[in-house]
Amino acid sequence: MAAQTASGKRGFLENLGKIYGLYTGGFFAFVIVLAVLEQMGLDRRFIGYGFVFLTLAVYAVIGILSRTMEAGEYYVAGRTVPAFYNGMATGSDWMSAASFIGMAGNLYLQGYDGLAFVLGWTGGYVLVAILIAPFLRKFGAYTVPDFFSERYGGGLARFLAVIVLIVCSFTYVVAQIRGTGLIAQQFLDMDYNVAVYVGLGGILLCSMLGGMKAVTWTQVAQYIVLIIAYLTPVIILSAKKFNIPVPQITYGSAIQQITELEQSMLKAGLADPKVLKPHATPFLVRDAMNYFLLILCLMVGTASLPHILMRYFTTPSVRDARRSVAWSLFFIFLLYFTAPAYAAFAKLEVYTLINKKVAIADLAKEANWLFTYGKYGLVKICGANATGVDAVVAACQKIAGHGGFLRHQDLAIHADSIVLSTPEIAKLPYVITGLVAAGGLAAALSTADGLLLAIANALSHDLYYKLIAPNSSTATRLILSRILLLVVAVIAAWCATWFPPDILILVSWAFSLAAAGLFPALVLGVWWKGATTTGAVLGMAAGFLVTGAYMIGTHWYKWPLWYGVSNLSAGTFGLIVGFATIIIVSLCTKKPSAEVQAMIDATRRPRGDAIIKDKDAAIAAH
Amino acid sequence: MAEKGDRYWARTSTLMWIMLILWLFFSFGVHMFVDKLNAFSFLGFPLGFYMAAQGSLIAFVVMLFVFAKRQETIDTEEGEAEDA
Repeated sequence: MAAQTASGKRGFLENLGKIYGLYTGGFFAFVIVLAVLEQMGLDRRFIGYGFVFLTLAVYAVIGILSRTMEAGEYYVAGRTVPAFYNGMATGSDWMSAASFIGMAGNLYLQGYDGLAFVLGWTGGYVLVAILIAPFLRKFGAYTVPDFFSERYGGGLARFLAVIVLIVCSFTYVVAQIRGTGLIAQQFLDMDYNVAVYVGLGGILLCSMLGGMKAVTWTQVAQYIVLIIAYLTPVIILSAKKFNIPVPQITYGSAIQQITELEQSMLKAGLADPKVLKPHATPFLVRDAMNYFLLILCLMVGTASLPHILMRYFTTPSVRDARRSVAWSLFFIFLLYFTAPAYAAFAKLEVYTLINKKVAIADLAKEANWLFTYGKYGLVKICGANATGVDAVVAACQKIAGHGGFLRHQDLAIHADSIVLSTPEIAKLPYVITGLVAAGGLAAALSTADGLLLAIANALSHDLYYKLIAPNSSTATRLILSRILLLVVAVIAAWCATWFPPDILILVSWAFSLAAAGLFPALVLGVWWKGATTTGAVLGMAAGFLVTGAYMIGTHWYKWPLWYGVSNLSAGTFGLIVGFATIIIVSLCTKKPSAEVQAMIDATRRPRGDAIIKDKDAAIAAH
Repeated sequence: MAEKGDRYWARTSTLMWIMLILWLFFSFGVHMFVDKLNAFSFLGFPLGFYMAAQGSLIAFVVMLFVFAKRQETIDTEEGEAEDA
């Protein structure tokens, strides 16, 4: 039986290139068919439905085909995922609705200062590769808390790791479900609350049956959809405007033009020098210190988020874990180095429009997309939602001294509308808009999948099996994990409907919490033999509490900022406190035993058996 | 055995520190001079802007592939490589 599944698995793994090649070709064919149908007069609504339901169906089929009742497959995909494909899966695990929809918009609004997110969300992988991932892979853990328990001897360290994991992953997953709901609402015209639950259904279909194995292979499929969807519109736009289909190069001249247009707007009185922030000028939105601290928190958070780290448990070897981090960053890089191009092209379009000195009453003719997204509350003109020309004209007339022309300060564009509106700005057929929606959905679903799985595994494996009922059978734990997945997802969806927070703030908090709670103990656990249990436990608790308190205090209780460090970089204090506590307390307590030191030695060397020899983790060792 | 292990770890640690210094440079160091770099232009971009939008990112990707290769060489030379 086991041999049979093994040979079936082998056949699948050998043909990965063929299978995903065919899948990619099929997806392109599907886009072309819909494009032809659109030209023949197919209703736009059906194009939207087509994209959303077809992609959801494919993910669901992959999820069902990957169903499993083996612990090794459920928790770590049998440790058989090749580095290249694990890189793709990590890419979509990583890139969320915030990256896909929000990132370009933030670059539009913040110019240079927004690049802190681009840098922070890529450079962290250097830390993952050189400090953490290969060693955790050698360890042979099922979950990140497994490492804490073995290294820092016992339940308390595991328990703290579970708490940090759940708090940061849950904060993050609420943001994802919100993103899924927004897309479903826009392209399927559904009620927001209904949309959240529909999105959730899609997520659960994928991960319920096959755990990590199912999530891995759906995430690869989702990466392919999301990267095609992200690159296509902006490549076409670049080819149309600059005759070169490489947006990453052509947006340099877009930035030059933006700078010229900024000057001429100011000269013509079409922009307020107090409001206009020149695109390429640094440190206007956040000062240099906060810019660099935000980068630091995002990078260190990247290297601490359990749903990312656990992806590197799935590779066949330590060597593959390292290669896989490099591939992950490459696949993530493809999106992140394109995002600033979206921002620049959109800005060029808007500033060109303003420089034309268009009468407000003529806006529908000149730039109808403003109203398309105004209907969703994403574009405001003169303070009013751009639901129609009349509403906007009325609002502008109320402003004293308004000349009836669109000025820079009249226009407020929400970050989420930049990527979504690019196909319409470029006057592309609706099928491309549908494609972008499918991509955004893939991004949100794949991240939510990974997060929900991380939470459910921490609860079923770490909390229930390791701490509460060590004698429970594999079957019980896997069933419990599925039930927990469902429960956590429903709670997260419920939170997303009643507590509509700013996606970017939530996401930044998740990073800071993970960084403060986990990073010092993770890194010192591998790189310093002297780190003791007491030191680690106190350090984790102190770092996590300091960061959590600073976030809550400055956001809700009007605490003054400490040394002017913004709420988004709250992890800074937790990191300092965490490292200091672990080092000082460890130096004052008894050194780790010879046994623990030998274990650390073995963790550092790729050769040899895994450290954790679970009764059902036999596959971990080769 | 212990000595061999130490040499392996010494070489691994050196590689880690080199990568960490490069990481510090491309994450923070180079961007501290953004104003000065913006006086130059590269592919039409102000250079300081380019480094944050693309330059550092390319450096990170290249660094990780080089790191994986270098570490594999160390593994093999010190007899710590996993069986294929």
